[in-house]
Amino acid sequence: MNPIVQVQGLRKTYGATVAVDEVSFDVKEGEIFGMVGPNGAGKTTTIECLEGLRKPDAGTLRVLGVDPQRESHILRERTGMQLQQSNLPDRMRVWEALDLYSSFYPKTADWKELLVQLGLEEKRNSPFAKLSGGQKQRLFIALALLPDPQLVFLDELTTGLDPQARHVIWDLVRDVRSKGKTVLLTTHFMEEAEQLCDRVAILDHGKIVALDTPAELIRSLGAEERIVFSVEGTLPSGFEKALSGGARVEVRGGQVTVRGKNGRKVPLVSEVVSLLTGQGIQFRDLRTEQPTLEDVFLSLTGRALRE
Amino acid sequence: MKSFLKMTWMEAKLFLREPMSAFFTLVFPLIYLFMYGMISGNEPTPMYGGRGTIDAAIPSLTAVIIGITGLMSTTMTMATYREKGILRRLGTTPVSPLIVLAAQVVVVFAMTTLGMLLLIAAGKLVYQVRFEGNFFSVLGGFVLSSLSFFGIGFILAGTLPTVRTAWVVAMVLLYPMMFLSGAFFSLKLLPAAIQKVSAFMPLTYVVNLLNGLWVGEPWSSHLLDVGVLAGMLLLGILITAKVFRWE
Repeated sequence: MNPIVQVQGLRKTYGATVAVDEVSFDVKEGEIFGMVGPNGAGKTTTIECLEGLRKPDAGTLRVLGVDPQRESHILRERTGMQLQQSNLPDRMRVWEALDLYSSFYPKTADWKELLVQLGLEEKRNSPFAKLSGGQKQRLFIALALLPDPQLVFLDELTTGLDPQARHVIWDLVRDVRSKGKTVLLTTHFMEEAEQLCDRVAILDHGKIVALDTPAELIRSLGAEERIVFSVEGTLPSGFEKALSGGARVEVRGGQVTVRGKNGRKVPLVSEVVSLLTGQGIQFRDLRTEQPTLEDVFLSLTGRALRE
Repeated sequence: MKSFLKMTWMEAKLFLREPMSAFFTLVFPLIYLFMYGMISGNEPTPMYGGRGTIDAAIPSLTAVIIGITGLMSTTMTMATYREKGILRRLGTTPVSPLIVLAAQVVVVFAMTTLGMLLLIAAGKLVYQVRFEGNFFSVLGGFVLSSLSFFGIGFILAGTLPTVRTAWVVAMVLLYPMMFLSGAFFSLKLLPAAIQKVSAFMPLTYVVNLLNGLWVGEPWSSHLLDVGVLAGMLLLGILITAKVFRWE
């Protein structure tokens, strides 16, 4: 498939600060592509260069086949943009915003349908200021979808939302993709990137430190799998030695954590369980923990990503 | 064209939904008119050259409305739109900045006109106000004065960093101007030193021009007023064109 977005050697500095440093990637048609990283990693700068809102210092950008700086009018007509910091007037009602913004585009989706799709039908007469954070974001998604765009930019879509509202938004973004549109989003929630994106670029200090599907990123880490359970009393001292493949055991209070390499011949969990039952050890609340993108980020940068 | 009409209609609704702007433009001048009426009535007095207090008050209070809509409404709306990212969001659509600015000017102008019409209607109905000027001359003076004051509003909104600073500067300009321009009471009542200060108040030229045209004086006796206001208008357009950005 043709790349819908092409970025080659993008660089942007603000004074002495290098916000984006030699970033290159492609976004394929029909995928949800995510840029993830901590605040200040350069995600928003990158997306705003692609939207034509900022002028890159160096690099070649192509969005829908055009240069976003020189032909920004084409992007404004044919892409949907949701910005990190933007607003509507407090007293503008939901339907008025959709109706007004519809008049800006030569060709638009039916805003009344978008209102229903995004679950804003009941709020159509509410002033913008009276909407909850999640409702505001849904309205911004609706506005981004108004020009019936091929490509939708979503910048920090779920920041500040509670987990429930976040899940609603994720479903909506998946709906957008299922209609054949391409989504380019930024987030600083690793979980969001993992749940939502087909491919993820991990940014840190203005550089891409990894780019692949979430599953592949996690696999490439060769990360550990963890088995966590509680025991009554103490664990026999030979327990760790009895496990194969150099699995390690850590006991904290009554909670035991066993770590072992992923992709073993005998799954770590069955080995642990059979050992426990074989030795007649009473255990409860056993669960396995798979590595997440969070672990990938940690191992790539040596830092935890805080929300 | 469709977006311009929709934008204008939307801005008009938003203006009227904002209690502050609607009050100061439409109600506040009427309160003053009735206060003058209760204190002095509209009997002819030598102070106003044989005209009544209300006759003289209508063009002066119209000047006050122009000061308020230019400095308060325009400044606050545009500064708020910029600070809250409302312009930023508009900037991601194909809509032209010119449409956004034009819709704003049309609405503020319409509201200023409405404020003046309410004054004239109240003056006619309650105080049988006299009008000796030429309708088109007064209209022309009114348009020139309004636009040149909206220009100040756009300059403030475009050059000051935050809504708060824009608000403070607008108030600091507006208040002395209302009292020292002759809008609320005749400059003849003030000491000569203060009359000199009033020459630096843009609103003074609005008051002079509108009062003059209202009683039928020719444009030729108000060349200074017209010159100052036209200069301000030009400056407003130039600076706005230069500093306007979506964010």
